[in-house]
Amino acid sequence: MSLATRTRPITIAILAMGGEGGGVLSDWLVALGEANAWFAQSTSVPGVAQRTGATIYYVEMFPRDLEHPHRYPVLSTMPTPGEVDVVVASELMEAGRAIQRGLVTPQRTVLISSTSRSYAMPERTAMADGRIDSAQIIDAAKAASLRFVRGDFAKIADDTRSVISAVLFGAIAAAAVLPFSREQFEAAIAQGGKGVEASLRAFGEGFRVAAASERPTVDIQIGMRPVDPAEAQLAADKAMAASNPQGLVGSKLQTQAERIAHQFPTAAAWMLVNGIKRCAQYQDVAYADQYLDRVARVATVDDGRDDFALTTAAAQHVAVAMTYEDTIRVAFHKTRERRFDRIEGEVRIGDGQMLEVRDYLHPQVEEIADTLPTGLGRWVLQSRAMNALIHKVTHKGLKLNTSSVTGYSMLYITARLRPLRRRSLRFSIEQQRIDSWLDTVVRGCATGGAFAEQVVLLQSLVRGYGSTHANGVANYQAILAVIDQVASGTNPAGELQRLRTAALADESGTALRAALTSLPA
Amino acid sequence: MAERSFATEVQKLRIGAGQEFHGEGILAVTKALLQSGVSYVGGYQGAPISHLMDVLGDAQEILEELGIYFENSASEATAGAMLGASVHYPMRGAITFKSTVGFNVASDALANLSSGGVNGGAMVIIGEDYGEGSSIMQERTHAFAMKSQMWLLDPRPNLTAIVDMVQKGFELSEASNTPVILELRLRSCHLHGSFIAKDNIGPAMTIQQALEHPQRDLSRIVLPPMNFAHEQEKVTQRWPAAVKYITEHALNEFVADDGQDIGIILQGGLFNNVNRALELLNQSDIYGNSRVPLYIMNVTYPVIDEEVVRFCQGKRAVLLVEEGQPDYIEQNIQAVLRRAGATAVLHGKDMLPVAGEYTPAAVTKGILAFLRAYAPERLDEDSLPALALPNDDPRSPLAPRIDPALVQGRPPGFCTGCPERPIFAALTLAQREVGEHYVAADIGCHLFSINAPFNIGATTMGYGLGSASAAAFNSKSAGKRAIAVMGDGGFWHNGLTSGVGNAVFNENDQVLLVVDNDYSAATGGQDVLSSQAENPTRSTKHPIEAAVRGVGVTWAKTVTNTYDVAQMKEVFIDALTTDVKGPKVIIAQSECMLNKQRREKPAMQQAIKAGHRATQDRFGVDPETCTGDHSCIRISGCPSLTIAENPDPMRDDPIAQVISSCVGCGLCGENAHAAALCPSFYQAKLITNPTWWDRAKLSVRNWYIARLQRGIERRLVGIEPA
Repeated sequence: MSLATRTRPITIAILAMGGEGGGVLSDWLVALGEANAWFAQSTSVPGVAQRTGATIYYVEMFPRDLEHPHRYPVLSTMPTPGEVDVVVASELMEAGRAIQRGLVTPQRTVLISSTSRSYAMPERTAMADGRIDSAQIIDAAKAASLRFVRGDFAKIADDTRSVISAVLFGAIAAAAVLPFSREQFEAAIAQGGKGVEASLRAFGEGFRVAAASERPTVDIQIGMRPVDPAEAQLAADKAMAASNPQGLVGSKLQTQAERIAHQFPTAAAWMLVNGIKRCAQYQDVAYADQYLDRVARVATVDDGRDDFALTTAAAQHVAVAMTYEDTIRVAFHKTRERRFDRIEGEVRIGDGQMLEVRDYLHPQVEEIADTLPTGLGRWVLQSRAMNALIHKVTHKGLKLNTSSVTGYSMLYITARLRPLRRRSLRFSIEQQRIDSWLDTVVRGCATGGAFAEQVVLLQSLVRGYGSTHANGVANYQAILAVIDQVASGTNPAGELQRLRTAALADESGTALRAALTSLPA
Repeated sequence: MAERSFATEVQKLRIGAGQEFHGEGILAVTKALLQSGVSYVGGYQGAPISHLMDVLGDAQEILEELGIYFENSASEATAGAMLGASVHYPMRGAITFKSTVGFNVASDALANLSSGGVNGGAMVIIGEDYGEGSSIMQERTHAFAMKSQMWLLDPRPNLTAIVDMVQKGFELSEASNTPVILELRLRSCHLHGSFIAKDNIGPAMTIQQALEHPQRDLSRIVLPPMNFAHEQEKVTQRWPAAVKYITEHALNEFVADDGQDIGIILQGGLFNNVNRALELLNQSDIYGNSRVPLYIMNVTYPVIDEEVVRFCQGKRAVLLVEEGQPDYIEQNIQAVLRRAGATAVLHGKDMLPVAGEYTPAAVTKGILAFLRAYAPERLDEDSLPALALPNDDPRSPLAPRIDPALVQGRPPGFCTGCPERPIFAALTLAQREVGEHYVAADIGCHLFSINAPFNIGATTMGYGLGSASAAAFNSKSAGKRAIAVMGDGGFWHNGLTSGVGNAVFNENDQVLLVVDNDYSAATGGQDVLSSQAENPTRSTKHPIEAAVRGVGVTWAKTVTNTYDVAQMKEVFIDALTTDVKGPKVIIAQSECMLNKQRREKPAMQQAIKAGHRATQDRFGVDPETCTGDHSCIRISGCPSLTIAENPDPMRDDPIAQVISSCVGCGLCGENAHAAALCPSFYQAKLITNPTWWDRAKLSVRNWYIARLQRGIERRLVGIEPA
């Protein structure tokens, strides 16, 4: 619409979380308008809403009548559903919120959103995977908007060491929804005078990615983002596991890899390859053999249902169960070179900077006893004096400087206790538990493959450390205690899945108790 | 020192007559006060007018130049009472606070002020915290205006109208010897716009002059028999004087009142939304040239009977657009029309929502219903805005376009690194040991505890009333005691007397947690008595523990590092189990992280630039040892502690991850310790500009560690591919 005939203002709603710079973005928009002879009015909802909660900023712009420069338009302080030209969202769920509130409409609204996620509290506090499906929001956004301009703007902000507001400002410029040139946008940033250089860099990247996001070729070829090299590598590895697992392991595991290629269904190969590496790294090559023996027990009774879903699940969960979290494993991972490299990357260590890493450890009496040879471990657990002594040393936890000679040595020595593990109390308990669990799986095949698979998945309840681990084991055992009752029901697989979901519903075990009492007799 | 600084913006307050002022609503109001010749200003912070207090604080130099006294009142009651300075003297005074909560607190003082009346103009500038974004109960200030007889000004939400109303408001107050209320709706406070300025003027009489020439007039004091005279004076003298001023100065506006037989009466503050609705219905334009007659009540109390009757004369029907409930204005106008024998039908809450915010969408639907009933010929039914369609029409903007399960609520919560989070983590862990307790919450950031992940706190009865609201829970025979929460802001506002003093006097056995974060944090980081900052114009550093001991508390403990979750937890357990009688007061003291960062970040950057050694902490989670059960998040909820795709192909659940917004407060690690969670957390200490000693230590360590690491990797050769 040309300026002369424009009768309605340009309306822009910005949805962000408090503290994300939505205010800065609306300030830039106002500066952009005012510098170019437009009236610009911005409003926001102040107050506690700005403490990390979802919040909305609203801007209206209208060209100044140059013949009557002081003739003020009447601008609204709130967006009206169906009447918003541009919606900017700093995060994908906020784009969803804008759609839900009717601010995004297919007839009118250009939606500009970051595809990044800032997870909501229920997604983060879930005991398992509580994330909502981003793809569904993206589909809804495409359908609900006139155009959907998008990109991982949060990552750009991080990469350019700037803020997301600058990236989004670039995306608005690229979307060509406002009657201002790129130079005019950049001038608005420069006028702000704070961190201009970083903001302009972020602006430029936001502009580039947003401009590319709508090109149809991008959508058809690879969905919403360019190919991630890590993802491509993963796909290649999975293909290799199926055709030539030997290529994915070192010389010491060639026999085991061959066994995977010949004795197991191809569908399970990827998990099996990971499993032998995991077990060999955790203990030794013999342990990897033992792992394959265990999965083989399940594979032989697998009827091939669902492309060997049972064997694949067993390949995954047997490995995780066999490499249970003990102090030796923790010490091993904390002392590896790649860990130090990773942390240096995370903190973005620069030239001339130094890094110290301190670990928060709090070994419990049980965990220490676990690592000791069976007899000694039992004695420690039963000895009141030893209990008191260890408690005294560890109950407040240790903050260990792992980057110091002493701290590193302590962890290093702990990791070197690996050969003792086979004789430890915990090892014997875990091996017994795994074998009896696999007995139940094999027995479960009589009830049905789907049921047996659910028995395998019960293992996912056992994880973590300290009280988390104890709770998990308690839940796992509570379910195994009623396994025969479940197996004799009308929908054993479904019922078992329901119990497992209940165990993951809350920490207090309320949902599981309710589910167990409501079991059909 | 407040969270947001207006140090540069306040320079705009100096511009003179004829220049165009660009800025936020609160700055415009400040400028209007300077143009009105006020003698003194006070108030209490609270959204949406917190920033008005901050602007005034930052403008102290300009205020002093003009001879204006400004203070940060201890409460809204203090601010209200401060207007007593205008009772005998021709001094203009203004106070500001958040309403309706501020009015609840101030109403004793303001009722007394209104009874005796004022000599100099007295103005209460309120931020009406109503509608989306509000954090308080949804009520109307209108009731306070009516009960005490204060005039309620509700100007159109544009800076010119607001600034003009400030100046006219003082004149009205003086002409009618009545205090006035200037109502700013939530968004108007943060409205960016422009207006043509006037020169600043100094007060007609300064505080100094008043002090040096004491005056009193017995007839203004509220005591029999004067109080009875005041009531008569209100209706026989002040009301008619106000009506005269309002009509003579045309404070209310008539638009397009050209003999049509329908019309709309509206509150001035709703003008922009009403005009937007009329535009969408093709009855007005962007410049507000409505073709439907409008009577815009920029003064919503008193209702000017004569103007209402005149507007309704010859009209079949009139729609009243009045936001909020009860419908005081509608009732008032119905009575006026009935008494005048007017025939116009008055519609209002029968066509518009009875309760809730009058958004452009709500107003559009209401006006559409009105026009359909009385003037359907004015509507082009084929070109109505989409929102006029029923919600289940697929073309409606509100037609469901996304699965509601995909959009979860995102209420406000504790900031990254907030020192209050560990307090509630500790209380969670303490309750795991000694059982659940009744917790009375209070107003302030700490109220975020009521939401996930803590879910702590049962009621909130008002600012500083946390302790008082647990007063009834005092039983000698009960095996548990109540826990009450209070912030430092609420404590100094009234909690010291209403809560602590009350609990001491009544031998209440409660545990009172006072969250002392050095600021009135929720309102934007203003200083309070116990703030640790050196404030050049205010007296700070008065410890809360000394205050509670001063009123008789014997069990008081100050925890100076709330991030020490284990210690915090022990103090809670101690307080909940001790044999000591009377209130147990825990003062949990750590600086608001938002303000701390604002102070420390630039200082550190400067130090780094100057080549000084500096350390920055960040936390992290080892993905190999995290098993993805998120217990750590469930006792934290920190925005920087989130989840990420599990890099382990054998694990399905997302791992915990600390993102780059982490400020290194250390809570993750302390929680992991206190709750014995998991060994995955680490602290990464980044040292910039290391000393020679740092470097020497580093080279030894690096050599040693690298040697051992080579050994570890050697074993793994042959397991991983080469």
